[in-house]
Amino acid sequence: MENLNIGQHISRRYNEELEDIRNRVLAMGGLVEQQIQGAMESLEKRDAAIATAIIENDYQVNAMEVSIDEECNNVLARRQPAASDLRLIVAVIKTITDLERIGDEAERIARMASRLAGQEHAARLFTQIHNLGQHVRGMVHGALDAFAHLDTDKAVEIWSEDRRVDSEYDSLMRELMTYMMEDPRSIPSILQAMFAARAIERIGDRATNICEYVIYLVKGKDVRHTRVDQQSEE
Amino acid sequence: MENIRRIDAGIPEDRVRADDAGAQDICLEVSDLNLYYGEAQALDNINLRIPRRRVSAFIGPSGCGKSTLLRCFNRMNDLVDSVRIEGSIRLDGENIYAPAVQVARLRQRVGMVFQKPNPFPKSIYENVAYGLRLQGIKSRRTLDEVVEKALRGAALWDEVKSRLHQNALGMSGGQQQRLVIARAIAVEPEVLLLDEPASALDPISTLKIEELIDELKEKYTIVIVTHNMQQAARVSDYTAFMYMGRMIEHDSTNKIFTNPSEKMTEDYITGRYG
Repeated sequence: MENLNIGQHISRRYNEELEDIRNRVLAMGGLVEQQIQGAMESLEKRDAAIATAIIENDYQVNAMEVSIDEECNNVLARRQPAASDLRLIVAVIKTITDLERIGDEAERIARMASRLAGQEHAARLFTQIHNLGQHVRGMVHGALDAFAHLDTDKAVEIWSEDRRVDSEYDSLMRELMTYMMEDPRSIPSILQAMFAARAIERIGDRATNICEYVIYLVKGKDVRHTRVDQQSEE
Repeated sequence: MENIRRIDAGIPEDRVRADDAGAQDICLEVSDLNLYYGEAQALDNINLRIPRRRVSAFIGPSGCGKSTLLRCFNRMNDLVDSVRIEGSIRLDGENIYAPAVQVARLRQRVGMVFQKPNPFPKSIYENVAYGLRLQGIKSRRTLDEVVEKALRGAALWDEVKSRLHQNALGMSGGQQQRLVIARAIAVEPEVLLLDEPASALDPISTLKIEELIDELKEKYTIVIVTHNMQQAARVSDYTAFMYMGRMIEHDSTNKIFTNPSEKMTEDYITGRYG
């Protein structure tokens, strides 16, 4: 159903419940975006104080997942949602799982950053990681935007973006390996940088998952485990 | 976006689910059916195929014509004076509105259960045996066998076997409704029509009726009219949504309740104003 709308139930309370769930998902998404941004900053500046703040903040993301999950359970139990309402609840439950995992990846990046803190020779590693990080953060933002506006065009756009992130990630890996060969003393810090890059790449994967849920929510079609190029062949 | 359109195109929109091969066997086929009560048109060009040994549910707001359509299947509407029916309904390929059709024989093949349990003021045994006695069966042994089989079929035997000769009106509402179902299946119909069979019952009795429907569909084609959408979602394989005498959408129950094709269906099952 293309013209999906959350309101207009005969029960006004039901409208409010669904609207509230949706707003809280977006609030959780905003918090997760901040966590990514902070984690990237801590990595670029190798700033242990920012990293610690990000690590300590992760509990808020977790708490939001738990409370939105609970609210979804209540709606399932009390309202027996059907059709687009049902798809909204299912999509929300899956989306917040991915958001929580994105939060965990941000925390992981911050941990790498605090280990790299104060190591000056690591500086040149970070231009490309910075680009990858900004790219992925944009994907998360776009996925949440698609969710907020139930915009499948946007969801497909972000979904297709992931292949570019993957190739950026591959070329970053090659660059980091070259550094390791040039200067074996840098291997410990480059390994940390690799783990951080891996975490960033995973965030991109999770953003595409969210796009898949948006398509499911709006179209009722499950597009998981299909690729854009496969779709083009069909 | 182009990719999404391709995804749309990739999924067939077959009316009968591809994975339900048995549903190709059609029991009842409604073609171009129009029904008028005097001047008022109650059914507007209904076309519908009901698969054999599956549960089909009709949902829709009051006055949408779902009970009227159900009553067409065993010609209960013939009893209404001003009624006029156009089109055809085929049961196993034969038009039940053809002049040669014996209505009493048709109603034996197409049994019906109503909203309010309506047992006869007779014993439990005599209620179930009633249809057989009408057919002239007198053998005590045959009657005993059929009564037991029908009561077992209606999941009632264990509760009533020690008091078969007590008056049926002393039973609970849920038991009475299952007795009426036993009475209907005693004459071995092909189709069972259920018109709001559980709406006068408490939740536990309702679940027992739903459980019974699930068992009965192994032998009978079941058509149920219900106001309770969750009930339709629980018991049926196919769901038809009707509105103002028209068939808006008919599809597998899974499809209707997760991703209906029509906005009107969506609005109705999600409780939005239409």
